[in-house]
Amino acid sequence: MFAFCADPKAIEGLQWLSCYLTTGKHLDFYWSFVTVLVLLAITAPSALMMGFGGAMAARSQFLPLRMLGKGYTSMVRGIPDIVFFLFFVIALDQGIEWLVHQVRCPDWTEPVRQGLEFRVCPEAKVPPGSADQIWHQIYGFGIAVFTFAIVFGAFAANVLYGAMQAVPRAQLETGEAYGMSQGQVFRRILMPQMWVYALPGLSNLWMILIKATPLLFLLGVRDIVYWARELGGMKTQAFDYPHPDWRLYYFLFLLVFYLCFTKVSEIVLSRVSARLSKGQATAAGEAMRKAGA
Amino acid sequence: MKKLLLATALLAMTAGFATAQTVRLGTEGAYPPFNFIDDSGEVAGFERDVGDELCKRAALTCEWVTNEWDSIIPNLQSGNYDVIIAGMSITAERDEVIDFSQNYFPPAASAYVALSADADIKAGVVSAQVSTIQAGYVAESGATVLEFATPDESIAAVRNGEAVAVFADKDFLAPIVAESNGELMFVGEPVQLGGGVGLGLRESDTELKGKLDAAITSMKEDGSLNALIEKHFGAEAAKF
Repeated sequence: MFAFCADPKAIEGLQWLSCYLTTGKHLDFYWSFVTVLVLLAITAPSALMMGFGGAMAARSQFLPLRMLGKGYTSMVRGIPDIVFFLFFVIALDQGIEWLVHQVRCPDWTEPVRQGLEFRVCPEAKVPPGSADQIWHQIYGFGIAVFTFAIVFGAFAANVLYGAMQAVPRAQLETGEAYGMSQGQVFRRILMPQMWVYALPGLSNLWMILIKATPLLFLLGVRDIVYWARELGGMKTQAFDYPHPDWRLYYFLFLLVFYLCFTKVSEIVLSRVSARLSKGQATAAGEAMRKAGA
Repeated sequence: MKKLLLATALLAMTAGFATAQTVRLGTEGAYPPFNFIDDSGEVAGFERDVGDELCKRAALTCEWVTNEWDSIIPNLQSGNYDVIIAGMSITAERDEVIDFSQNYFPPAASAYVALSADADIKAGVVSAQVSTIQAGYVAESGATVLEFATPDESIAAVRNGEAVAVFADKDFLAPIVAESNGELMFVGEPVQLGGGVGLGLRESDTELKGKLDAAITSMKEDGSLNALIEKHFGAEAAKF
């Protein structure tokens, strides 16, 4: 990056450090923070939407839909995350390729499964084998977001289901007494009030989601923990910047990052909680009303 | 008209895919000097040089991808890449699930490295990388095997006392021992394991295997493979 970095073995001290911290590998490390933040920014709303859909289905009057909603939440919640991340992702990836294979290569005669091998025609590869590495990475990232959304959506569904049940029945009855339809009661009375009950559970989920991002590496996305381990490991003279085992420092840096991130989340969540409690028939809402009066 | 355009575009795309096939080379990127991620974030090392040269000779377009060691065979089988080039020794056990090209690195010695010369490598705790021939050998030798996901961690385990010794390829350990300022040393006799290092391929990819085998043969014949071995492993390394 800097001109004096041309010969890393000849420089020392701060100069060495400034060169070391700006190598291509370190820039990849810094970018992986962005990857993790983007993943969180996309996953959190999609998981919330999955959860909302799951909770609505679980409350449905229509039996098959109710079974679908309940089945989804209990199945995903019951399976260990790591099993889900290893099995589901491979199944999803192969499922997509199998479908494309059926469409694009109807004349293919060889079996798709050959022993342990999974072999579709070259045209059915997703993304195509000739695509740039960046497309493979984006595809992997997309699969990761989808998997995270399904797993965390199941937990969110349960939280939201509980929150919907927690809204006092009297509130809904009042709406009905005014002649509102079921849909109107749901949108005007239940929806605005349920969030305050859902927030503690959802904020828990958010915290767990932040900490679950290292699972990304299982899905082939290089995240910050992967890079910290790779960069911190002992480097011999085969590398430009040889150094002993520095993983401790890299992991300490991650510790600080995660703690700061958690702290910021807590501040934001407590503000959201205060906003949602305003005017609610809960203890927190009542306390706010008294303080304001 | 629109439909016609769309159909032509689709046809052109699929035709394009069929002709310009890229061969994806999967490696671990954590086993210097065989393969590692260099300081600019690229795959480097002996296998990078060999792989690029093989692709040139076989007239293939190649792309490098990294995958953790533990799942490197399943991901080959599900088609995430087409070739394993990751210091993988040819063994009968692996040959049952995947195919190997001829070896591009001769059968080499594995060795023990410990903090002291009297380390108990016969009955103590010995670390090795998971799913390697070395881990299998330690398990059968009577010692307790302690497996790690990366080679780097298996060495760190010796430094911090979790294991009395580490067992790995001698060529991988040699630079680490040389640069440890006398802290680490080779213990016991080197052991010959495996049938050399070969490229791992899917059993159904016979055409690709033929091309790569021919390229390896040509590199062995004109001495360029030996030159690369000497460049990365020093003058004393075993050659063809």
